[in-house]
Amino acid sequence: MTTPVLEIRNVSKSFPGVKALDDVSFAINKGEVVGLIGENGAGKSTLLKVLNGIHQPDQGSIFVDGHPVTITSPRHAFDSGIAMVFQEQSVLPTLTVAENIFLGREEEFLRFGLLSKKRMNAAATKELAKVHLSVNPAMRCGDLSFADRQMVEIAKALSLDTRIKGHVTILLDEPTSVLEKKEADLLFSIVRDLKSRASFVFISHRLEEVLEISDRVYVLRDGKSVKELESRDATVKDLHQLMVGRQLHHEYYREARQAVPSATTVLEVQSLTKSGSFSNISFALHEGEVLGIAGVIGSGREDLARCLAGHTPFDSGSLKVKGEQVHFSAAYDATAKGVGLVPAERKVEGLVAPFTVAENMTLAALPKFVSGFRIRFADENAVARQWIERLSIKTPSTATMVGSLSGGNQQKVVLAKWRIAGVNILILDHPTRGIDVGAKEDVYELIRDMTAEGLAVILLGDTLEEVIGLSNRVLVMRDGEVTATFEAAPGNKPAQVDLVSHMV
Amino acid sequence: MKAAALAGGAWSKQWRRWAPVAVLVGLCIIIGLFNPNFFGGANFVRMLNTAAIPLVICMGVTFVILMGSIDLSAEGVIAICAVAASMLVANDFTGIAIGLFSVPAAILIGSLVGLLNGLIHVKFRIPSFMTTLGMGFAGIGVATAILGGVMVRISDSSFRDYLSLGRVFDIPAAVYIAGAAVVIAYVIQERTRIGRWVYAIGTDEATARNAGIPVDRTRIIVFGIAGAFYGLAGALSAAQIGRGHALISQDRLFTAITAIVVGGTALSGGVGSVLNSVIGVFIVIVLTNGMVLMGIEPYVQKGVQGLLIIAAVALALDRSRLDVVK
Repeated sequence: MTTPVLEIRNVSKSFPGVKALDDVSFAINKGEVVGLIGENGAGKSTLLKVLNGIHQPDQGSIFVDGHPVTITSPRHAFDSGIAMVFQEQSVLPTLTVAENIFLGREEEFLRFGLLSKKRMNAAATKELAKVHLSVNPAMRCGDLSFADRQMVEIAKALSLDTRIKGHVTILLDEPTSVLEKKEADLLFSIVRDLKSRASFVFISHRLEEVLEISDRVYVLRDGKSVKELESRDATVKDLHQLMVGRQLHHEYYREARQAVPSATTVLEVQSLTKSGSFSNISFALHEGEVLGIAGVIGSGREDLARCLAGHTPFDSGSLKVKGEQVHFSAAYDATAKGVGLVPAERKVEGLVAPFTVAENMTLAALPKFVSGFRIRFADENAVARQWIERLSIKTPSTATMVGSLSGGNQQKVVLAKWRIAGVNILILDHPTRGIDVGAKEDVYELIRDMTAEGLAVILLGDTLEEVIGLSNRVLVMRDGEVTATFEAAPGNKPAQVDLVSHMV
Repeated sequence: MKAAALAGGAWSKQWRRWAPVAVLVGLCIIIGLFNPNFFGGANFVRMLNTAAIPLVICMGVTFVILMGSIDLSAEGVIAICAVAASMLVANDFTGIAIGLFSVPAAILIGSLVGLLNGLIHVKFRIPSFMTTLGMGFAGIGVATAILGGVMVRISDSSFRDYLSLGRVFDIPAAVYIAGAAVVIAYVIQERTRIGRWVYAIGTDEATARNAGIPVDRTRIIVFGIAGAFYGLAGALSAAQIGRGHALISQDRLFTAITAIVVGGTALSGGVGSVLNSVIGVFIVIVLTNGMVLMGIEPYVQKGVQGLLIIAAVALALDRSRLDVVK
């Protein structure tokens, strides 16, 4: 067996509240294309970022051509023969195509300290020819189409091949998600052409693609590498099964307390469309119901959630709250009608960290606590104390800065804020992201409490398991459309693998 | 669908690119209609001469703004450098008289203060706004303290001739020097790595870092480059009025920032050019000159300049991209 060009052994990486990689080992051989698949949050992108020097592993080691290395920065990775195409584009719109391709590596075009644009553009033309992109290298990237920019990004990574002696590895993090079929096919033919010189790691949610292009596939789940298999032996169905793997724990999600929704419709959505995000979404939400929405990144579910809460406008369709036609122009319109959003970015969008617990709780309902120009602090504190007790929030006092609480308790403060504001339709966007297991269970308990009181919840879960476990019904979205709806009564939950087949 | 949106925005993008030039031409025509003297050769030379020092200052500030930071220290740095230059040539305050060598000395002092700006900003992670605002006041304080409130009179007439007053083809020396400063700034912007990196950092610092750009070092160097331009502006100021004192740079900063913004360089960084700032300086100068020709009161002129800067941001900034306006 030959030495792998790139290998990691027993790598672990934690972020606050999450173990993103847990003892992962992984190897790439010369001229090989390795696929990497897993659910959102399984650790795929983290793994690539460790290989590219953006994250440093907490434990474990990396080997290039059998030699142990510490990759300290993306530039260092590049010099070691590793380049990455990022999921979020890293092409700068204000620079030209050539400037982007050689950004940070301009040395070879310097003469007496001055850059030769001519030589840089000529070299860029050569790199662009590799990806069959015939744009003027002196053009600003901001003037290119999105797909063309993606090809520039790929050309930038491939430029490694002419600049580094020896074997190179190129990491592709969902390079095809913004490409049309024709362009994706082109990318694949380029990858095949370059196999004599380079190895590739390929992440995609489109499993057919992964099987088509890869020699071998690794399946990640919850930060662990659960399976390694040869592509020719695998089917898309096998991969689905491996991605989800586990059985549901009924008790964990308090299924026995799952409320039976009443027949009263509180929110009705008809043919809701927002160009570029989602189209033709229709559903009804009932009192006491938890409606899960499942989908991968890019499915449009996050945008849909923001639209329903009035954060962004929609293009067409209708939205009815308790039978009344509404058109939110801002989040406070939605709050006034009883719709609240608990955002995924809790620290950025959900809480004002330097405010106290009490101040955060009353933020959305402040007029209720104001007489004339004066805030009635005593009332504010009384209500805050009440909710601290009701949700068993662990805080020294109502005057504690919210930023100093743990993630789970912060999330409870956000929930209390909406309850105080009198919201009865709550949209939860990844309510358990980045909080520990115990706090997660508290949040699940709270969701059950709320629905028992007749609140309706729309849930964008952190994992598929969570969505299925908590919901009465699950909508599955793909590319901005609802592809399936599953009933999820207690004891009769749909299988994850069935949902996945509608997601990817 | 994203491609379609881009095509739709192409027209407005082109408009944004050329709007400052259109404004400048429009202004010239309007003022010329009110007062034909505006188009006289003497008036043009006067405007060029007025533009010289602001141009040199703007070359420095523009780089910092393109990088997404701000530099408010110009007035203080210019005061120090002007006082230093006036004390190094034949004068009534010190016995030193090194003649034109005072110019590189002023540039050196300016760049050192600029580097200090950059170091404090980067190493102590203090926002450039606060760092440079403080440094600007400190600079004026230092210049005042050195002189103890008096003025340095320059007696070296060749210094004044070579730097400011002497005329070639009837155009003052200061204009040629400002022209050279623009050329140097343009070469830095277009033909050096620092120039590229300024745009990259101003557009997206995280991406710039990922591409292996030494972001911190670049920031410090760019503040140093800006300081060098202020140093030159200081020497030019001393030569122009033949004196050195602490308040020599009064109102320069506001004019410079107005010119840069009116020229179309975005305060958010990444968008613009030193050439935009050249256009911006001429818009401000032509407008001021025009108001003088039309006999508008000086205080009203100030007000117009203030409104101009707000209007320019409103027209030039693509606010749809911003999530939060602070």
